[in-house]
Amino acid sequence: MTVMKAEALNGTDAPVFYEVDEHEHPEGASTMLGFWLYLMSDCLIFAMLFATYAVLGGNYAAGPSPKDVFELPLVALNTTMLLLSSITYGFAMLAMVKDKVGATQMWLFITAIFGACFLGIELYEFAHLIHEGAGPQRSAFLSSFFTLVGTHGLHVTFGLVWLFTLMVQVWRGGLVEANKRRLMCLSMFWHFLDVIWIGVFTFVYLIGVLR
Amino acid sequence: MSRLRIVLLLPLVALLGGCNFVVMNPAGDIAVQQRNLVVVSTVLMLLIIIPVMALIVMFAWKYRQSNTDAPYEPDWDHSIHLELVIWAVPLLIVICLGAVTWTGTHLLDPYRPLDRVGPGQAATLNPPLQIQAIALDWKWLFIYPEYGIATVNDVAAPVDRPVEFKITSSSVMNSFYIPALAGQIYAMPGMETRLNAVINKPGDYRGFSANYSGAGFSGMHFVFHGVDEPGFDAWVKKVKASADTLTRDSYLELEKPSENVPVKLYKTVDADLYKAILNMCVTPGKMCQNEMTAIDAKGGLGLANAGNLLPYSKAMADQSPALRRNYVASVCTVEDSTGSGNATPVTSIDTTPVLGAGLQRPAAQFRFTPALPPAMRRASN
Amino acid sequence: MFDTAQLTKFVFGRLSLESLPLHEPILILTFAGVVMGGIVVVGALTYFRLWGYLWKEWFTSVDHKKIGVMYIILGIVMLLRGFADALMMRAQQALAFNGSDGFLPAHHYDQVFTAHGVIMIFFVAMPLVTGLMNYVVPLQIGARDVSFPFLNNFSFWMTTAGAIVVMISLFIGEFARTGWLAYPPLSNIGYSPDVGVDYYIWSLQVAGIGTTLSGINLIATIIKMRAPGMSLMKMPIFTWTSLCTNILIVASFPILTAVLALLSLDRYVGTNFFSSDLGGNPMMYVNLIWIWGHPEVYILILPAFGVFSEVTSTFSGKKLFGYTSMVYATIVITILSYLVWLHHFFTMGSGASVNSFFGITTMIISIPTGAKIFNWLFTMYRGRIRFELPMMWTIAFMLTFVIGGMTGVMLAVPPADFVLHNSLFLIAHFHNVIIGGVVFGMFAGINFWFPKAFGFKLDEFWGKISFWCWVIGFWVAFTPLYVLGFMGVTRRLRTFDDPSLHIWFIIAACGALIVAAGIGAFLVQIGVSVWRREALRDTTGDPWHGRTLEWATSSPPPDYNFAFTPVIHDNDPWWDMKSRGYKRPLGGFKAIHMPKNTGTGVILAGISIAMAFGLIWYMWWLAALSFVAIVAVAITHTFNYHRDYYIPADEVERTEAERTQLMARVAS
Repeated sequence: MTVMKAEALNGTDAPVFYEVDEHEHPEGASTMLGFWLYLMSDCLIFAMLFATYAVLGGNYAAGPSPKDVFELPLVALNTTMLLLSSITYGFAMLAMVKDKVGATQMWLFITAIFGACFLGIELYEFAHLIHEGAGPQRSAFLSSFFTLVGTHGLHVTFGLVWLFTLMVQVWRGGLVEANKRRLMCLSMFWHFLDVIWIGVFTFVYLIGVLR
Repeated sequence: MSRLRIVLLLPLVALLGGCNFVVMNPAGDIAVQQRNLVVVSTVLMLLIIIPVMALIVMFAWKYRQSNTDAPYEPDWDHSIHLELVIWAVPLLIVICLGAVTWTGTHLLDPYRPLDRVGPGQAATLNPPLQIQAIALDWKWLFIYPEYGIATVNDVAAPVDRPVEFKITSSSVMNSFYIPALAGQIYAMPGMETRLNAVINKPGDYRGFSANYSGAGFSGMHFVFHGVDEPGFDAWVKKVKASADTLTRDSYLELEKPSENVPVKLYKTVDADLYKAILNMCVTPGKMCQNEMTAIDAKGGLGLANAGNLLPYSKAMADQSPALRRNYVASVCTVEDSTGSGNATPVTSIDTTPVLGAGLQRPAAQFRFTPALPPAMRRASN
Repeated sequence: MFDTAQLTKFVFGRLSLESLPLHEPILILTFAGVVMGGIVVVGALTYFRLWGYLWKEWFTSVDHKKIGVMYIILGIVMLLRGFADALMMRAQQALAFNGSDGFLPAHHYDQVFTAHGVIMIFFVAMPLVTGLMNYVVPLQIGARDVSFPFLNNFSFWMTTAGAIVVMISLFIGEFARTGWLAYPPLSNIGYSPDVGVDYYIWSLQVAGIGTTLSGINLIATIIKMRAPGMSLMKMPIFTWTSLCTNILIVASFPILTAVLALLSLDRYVGTNFFSSDLGGNPMMYVNLIWIWGHPEVYILILPAFGVFSEVTSTFSGKKLFGYTSMVYATIVITILSYLVWLHHFFTMGSGASVNSFFGITTMIISIPTGAKIFNWLFTMYRGRIRFELPMMWTIAFMLTFVIGGMTGVMLAVPPADFVLHNSLFLIAHFHNVIIGGVVFGMFAGINFWFPKAFGFKLDEFWGKISFWCWVIGFWVAFTPLYVLGFMGVTRRLRTFDDPSLHIWFIIAACGALIVAAGIGAFLVQIGVSVWRREALRDTTGDPWHGRTLEWATSSPPPDYNFAFTPVIHDNDPWWDMKSRGYKRPLGGFKAIHMPKNTGTGVILAGISIAMAFGLIWYMWWLAALSFVAIVAVAITHTFNYHRDYYIPADEVERTEAERTQLMARVAS
């Protein structure tokens, strides 16, 4: 816009080849785009793991099939935890927009609790399966199941570490611009994991039991 | 530059005379047709490549800076007609090539039974000669199911009779390639590929693995004999007159990695050996792939059978690290399921596709107790 | 508590004295050479007190220009290693006739050809390409740096860390003996129980993180940081090809990361993705890795296409012919590169319809590629072509590459591929496109932009020697391989028993030696140019009568690139500025906002090497410790909120005044 004005003010046809004003590149102007790109690349990793599961998910090696190993009530509880954590993260973001530090921190903490519950239930499920002899080594189906769900769990774990880091940073620095940007990024990450989980829940658990 | 090239090319031309361009001058009808495709596609592309190369040299010379007579138009950067041409000409060539590719690929599909044995020579009604080719570390095993004979690194086929190769591998990926006969196809463990081909000229041709497969790869070649009918009969007779037999046991011995293996002949071969190799269940007591697939299609064997795994014997595991993991135990024989059958070679395994329909759920007949088997079984070994 | 054996096993994992290749004289000599060279370099750096300078001005720098230069240095250093492998292969194949076993045992030879492929693709071509993009793109779009300067530094050091992991394998343990794509089951723990494949996996994983992040970074930079007036259809072609390349990187490297992760799970945890026994499928690996692998070759070639576009139009003194169709051709190639992966394994037996589909899509890619060749051709038409080094490389590329393209289309016809697949014809084909395309492109680019980066041109005499050695050497080395392919000779063979093949391998080895002379001449060219830098000095900032924005600033450019953000009106902005009476601003400078240097990238990459080493040798304590350290360092880094500073206006004024004086002195 500066350009147009400069040209208009000039009143001549002489072209303008540089901006006289130092045009501000605010820090983090590209962060959202960059983070989206990262999420898409991560999404590809999940896409590949889903594809692997689709190819190998029926190879039980004469061992257990989804019907034998999945416990839907437990998975439903687990899904609830993660969905609730997404909602509470949304509340945290609403509080952040209103610059309410205390409320933001509280909702972040509640999100973390739901996230931790999700992880706890998932770890219980894994431990149970391995104990029954249905570990990732048993068949290609179980390998791809453990890897897909485990990768998601790993992401949630990193999300939790990140979330606690941000809580400390908000506590120390308040809701400054940089912290708000980081909370936005984590928000995208967290909801992204939620979307992935809906895919896992549908394609792995529900269809697995129906099949 | 061009003068230099010519000087360089002269000795090349001399060299080319003395070489055996087997890919360009093959002895089998399939390979000849494949060669023709190479030639056709090259010619089609040269239609555009040669003018382009000439234009590059011409423009580079004509519009050199020192040639001030040449026109100079620094702002000329667009011409809709030229653009049309430069997109359309390659497009036309690709359309031609695409048509050739589509038909050629279907006609020369290695899975397709031959309908001719040469130009204008229809294939006779005789069914094609069956040869099973198995890539081992690092040699080729050939089984002639119709004759009950087997050979290592030596294979023969009568001239002008279609041959159907069924190809698999015992361990890693290889590629079965006899350049004079036909193009290659991968040999993969647990999978079967096929190659239909025919040899038209008698002679001894080189065959080898065309996909790197480990330390002994360079020595993994064999001779393919194209012979006339009496010659083939004589060859079969020679194999039948040899001393060795190929059983599951001697196969397990043969399967061990070895390099630069000389020709071996086997007068008889176990009837089900190939199926067992293909389904990766030569080791006694191991569940065959087709059986496993059939069970899986029926929904697996449940959590109760999660522990239905056996280790390879210590002797085998010591021999190859690939065997240092567990395999799924066969459920087809009762003596195996009770853990007592491993001492004697199991010959009664039904390796034909079980399809699962006739299988009873194990709960009905016998039950695996998940906690016990591996240790118990190892002890009983 | 612990007995010694257990303790040793805990501390060293599977590393023992036997892991050192003490029985391989070639490696001992190499090691001695590397140690001597290392001592000389370290000694010299210490003697001249350069460590502080290097650390402050280079290693920790977030300046895209310095990072670009470091990428290119990394690429050239690794080229020497990769080419040494090539010479060993050529020598082995030229010697191993008439019953001779050559001089390399299988255990060594198989590592050499694997390392050659891995190093040349990941640690030579990739760093060269990424380096050029890093250096040139921000300048071409009139930006002061990339979107994420710290990430840029981190990416570079992760790539370097991957290269270091490969180099460690030379002296501790061994490298993979599987071929450069490590197909299972051969690469599974069963058939490759030693550390080779683990070195392969972890070097690529570490470097892959760097590549993906650098891809994200450059996309964001190109989308967000273009100077005002530069719409997408006014971007220079090199920036366009960089954008497409980075899109390809972001959309394909995660697949490599994931497929290697699955392979490592198979090897470390005992899962069954690619094993045959318990329901896995090795051919799935082949599919997945080529879904990354085919876009990868376009990742390499597209930036080279961009270089040729810039060079052709600059040295023909003309606008690029058919800018729009060039852009669309690039985009079409980008998209189609995802639809052709199966042509790498037609011989798997997928069936005729599948094979012809992938064969035809492959041929379709040759249409936009052909359009590009025509566009360069008509850019030369009615131009005034100056045969400087970059243009010579470009002409050589055009003549070489069309042959490579032709042999590529031959391989795309499935039945023809059945007879040529995995043969030396294939080897000749892809070297024809990668050397003739990517390497020639990188040399064109280096010769073209070197004066911009360092303020003096590269010596022309040695450059020409290097050029002719490369071009002639390439054809002498690879024509015999085309011929051998027609004789049915397959790749990766270590010994031969057909004496009629011998002469061809000897010719090919001679070709490799000529190329070696070309590499030597290139190094001499750099040395001589540094020596004669005053004579070769470029004071104008525009030594080639350039057309794009990077030539508008001084050579080398100041830290901030442009004192004022340029405003763009044309595809060739600098040409436009020159022809419409642009005057360089001499006053009114303002303070410039810049990112601060940081050492976090170096530290993180260093710990990543330790972690990779721990994982390779089963030193679980080291891996765990390094992992925790990486997380800790990364978190600590986020607590630093002060990552920027301002270059004061008077410093900008001083810098610009110096340039004004310099230009005046030369003019008078």
